[in-house]
Amino acid sequence: MAEDRSPPRRRWFRRRQEKQPDARRRRWPIRSAGINFALGYGVLFLISATLFLSFIWWSSTNLLNQHVRAFIETDAQELQKRWVYGGAPALGDAITDRLEQNIDDDALYLLIDRHGRRLAGNLPGWPVAIKKMNHFYELSIRRYTFTTPAEFKAYHLPHGFKMIVGHDIRGRTLLSTVITRTLIWCAVMIALLAVGGALVVRDLFRRMVGSIARTASAVANGDLNHRIALTGSETDLVAETVNTMLDRINRLMEGVRQVSNAIAHDLRTPITRARNQLEEALFSATSPDELRTAVDKAIGDLDHITGIFEALLRIAQIEAGSRRSAFTMMDLNQLLANMAELYEASAEDAGLSLHLDIVPLPPLFGDERMLQQALANLLDNAIKFSPPNSTLTLSAHPVPAMPTPETAAAEGTPAGIDISVQDQGPGMNDADILRAHERFFRAESARNTPGSGLGLSLVQAVTSLHHGRLTLTQAHPGLKVTLFLPLTQEAEQNARHTISTENPS
Amino acid sequence: MRILLVEDDPTVRSFVLKGLKEAGHNVDQADNGKDGLYLAIGEKYDIIILDRMLPGGIDGLNILETLRGQKNNTPVLLLSALSDVDDRVDGLRAGGDDYVTKPFAFSELLARVEALGRRGHNDSAPETSLTVGDLSLDLLSREVRRNGQKIDLQPREFRLLEFLVRHAGQVVTRTMLLEKVWDYHFDPQTNVIDVHVSRLRQKVDKPFETAIIHTVRNAGYILRPTQD
Ligand SMILES: Nc1ncnc2c1ncn2[C@@H]1O[C@H](COP(=O)(O)OP(=O)(O)OP(=O)(O)O)[C@@H](O)[C@H]1O
Ligand SMILES: [Mg+2]
Repeated sequence: MAEDRSPPRRRWFRRRQEKQPDARRRRWPIRSAGINFALGYGVLFLISATLFLSFIWWSSTNLLNQHVRAFIETDAQELQKRWVYGGAPALGDAITDRLEQNIDDDALYLLIDRHGRRLAGNLPGWPVAIKKMNHFYELSIRRYTFTTPAEFKAYHLPHGFKMIVGHDIRGRTLLSTVITRTLIWCAVMIALLAVGGALVVRDLFRRMVGSIARTASAVANGDLNHRIALTGSETDLVAETVNTMLDRINRLMEGVRQVSNAIAHDLRTPITRARNQLEEALFSATSPDELRTAVDKAIGDLDHITGIFEALLRIAQIEAGSRRSAFTMMDLNQLLANMAELYEASAEDAGLSLHLDIVPLPPLFGDERMLQQALANLLDNAIKFSPPNSTLTLSAHPVPAMPTPETAAAEGTPAGIDISVQDQGPGMNDADILRAHERFFRAESARNTPGSGLGLSLVQAVTSLHHGRLTLTQAHPGLKVTLFLPLTQEAEQNARHTISTENPS
Repeated sequence: MRILLVEDDPTVRSFVLKGLKEAGHNVDQADNGKDGLYLAIGEKYDIIILDRMLPGGIDGLNILETLRGQKNNTPVLLLSALSDVDDRVDGLRAGGDDYVTKPFAFSELLARVEALGRRGHNDSAPETSLTVGDLSLDLLSREVRRNGQKIDLQPREFRLLEFLVRHAGQVVTRTMLLEKVWDYHFDPQTNVIDVHVSRLRQKVDKPFETAIIHTVRNAGYILRPTQD
């Protein structure tokens, strides 16, 4: 049967698998996380290297410029002093002198008279670009066989003479070459690192995902007991989640298995009974009355079967966790009082007295109808299994948080609520207690009381839905069934929603 | 009463139809949503019984929503094979007045239909007292008298009696009592309701010559006033 069903499902799954990357491929061609990571890493590094080198370039050229300008200014001042002492000839000599002593060959001068004739200096003529006096210009000039950038400033001298003091700044070209070269080397190294990184990261990713994938495929092939090994790495988070998920699937599968077994065994009995009754009546009933009685009984059996179905479905629904939508803040005090009132009459009718031991309880976040049903099942059981003239006790009280050092400070906020139903009946032995919550489980001694063994299963499901705990203890005499319902995070949040707290779950 | 029954399953339909006719009602029927909607809108009924799941695109909830959208407040009882609490809530939220899950006992359905029909009649001004035969209930002081003699009742017993009196002459089932008097929606295994009714009888019937609360076999209870 499983083989009949799996091919279409697998096809559907594959189609979806193909469709998704299709959409992604249109946007970005590379699908390997490792390569993408390396690419991103490389681009990022390249951008930061460029930014960093640009800053170096910008600040060193700035420094160079400042330096050159200061040099030009002081030099010009010196030269102007020469004019004061000896006029144009002295200045001309000074310029020639300086040019001769300039080993770096980076000083530039020009001195012209009022007619524009060159008196001294190494510039061939007045550059056309220089129009304003006392203003710095940066120009490219031809020197010997090459062009080079240079910084200039022109000065007025008395009698219409003019002078240019300048400085070759080819150092900057040098700097730019160095920086460009550094950038290229950086790019090469980054590329190498990125490729290496990509390989390493991809391998890392593969190894991380591999263990999860192996488990998942084992599970897909039917081995539900396979679990992902925890390695202490970051993927443990995923691994744990997947493991929890698998546990849950396992539990659900177990539930399904239990239910199908139960249906096979336990529903057959009442169905067989109904069928036999009808068949017998059909063949051997002699009067309409006899026939009517048989049909009546069969209807009773069918109603019983319907009841079992309802209970099974309800338990399955609760276990699927779908009913948390009906959770509200509710008043347990009212709920308990009403339940006690409803059952007190039945207890009295059965010759029992119902004793209440209830202290005021804080509000609880839960599903009221489900808790009513659970409590009704417990009270049903207690009444059903109690001998006459005994006492039932319905008690409820808040449970303080475990007195750990941290919680001791948080003065007595209860961790949850214990609701228990105790009777003085035959009780249950330890082995039966362990199995009590199983579907259709009924202790040997309960064979001749009515029931189908689903009551406690539902109580268990409701308790789990509330993240609580169901405990059965022998009370000598009798049985004590306790529901522990935690006052959950959500509940507290709802109760005082003015205080915003983080929700860890 | 004039009743419209919209149900696609022929067995269930003829079963309900026969039962309702035997109980003296005038019943129209439809086996699909389209015809059902047509009748529900075009005719005037006291009650509409709607199956939730119907073939042919228009299901019970659609019909119900259309009716309510047109401000048609005919009481509607929903029939459904879905017993999920959420489905029930959905049905009632869409404007349904009652909800019966399949499989059901006909007596349960009939009791609910008649209760709904009754409700449709007297939703006039709120009363302050109820009187049936020699029994009278003062709804404000919560005092009960029979034959002029005062009867002491617990609050819940009073509500139980009030419900029975409001449906005097009609059968009310145990489930109805559990739902309407206690607001519980589960199926108790023990005879909780019977015990409460028998307690009420101890006070209301036992001290007097004639009983007014009667048990109806396979169905529930009925309060029948002494002098007709
Ligand atoms: N209060 C109790 N005292 C002694 N035994 C109990 C008590 N409650 C439960 N049990 C045992 O646990 C079994 C399972 O209980 P559970 O409520 O699930 O089923 P049930 O009462 O037999 O049937 P159901 O509740 O479906 O009508 C019972 O059959 C009985 O053997
Ligand atoms: Mg039980």
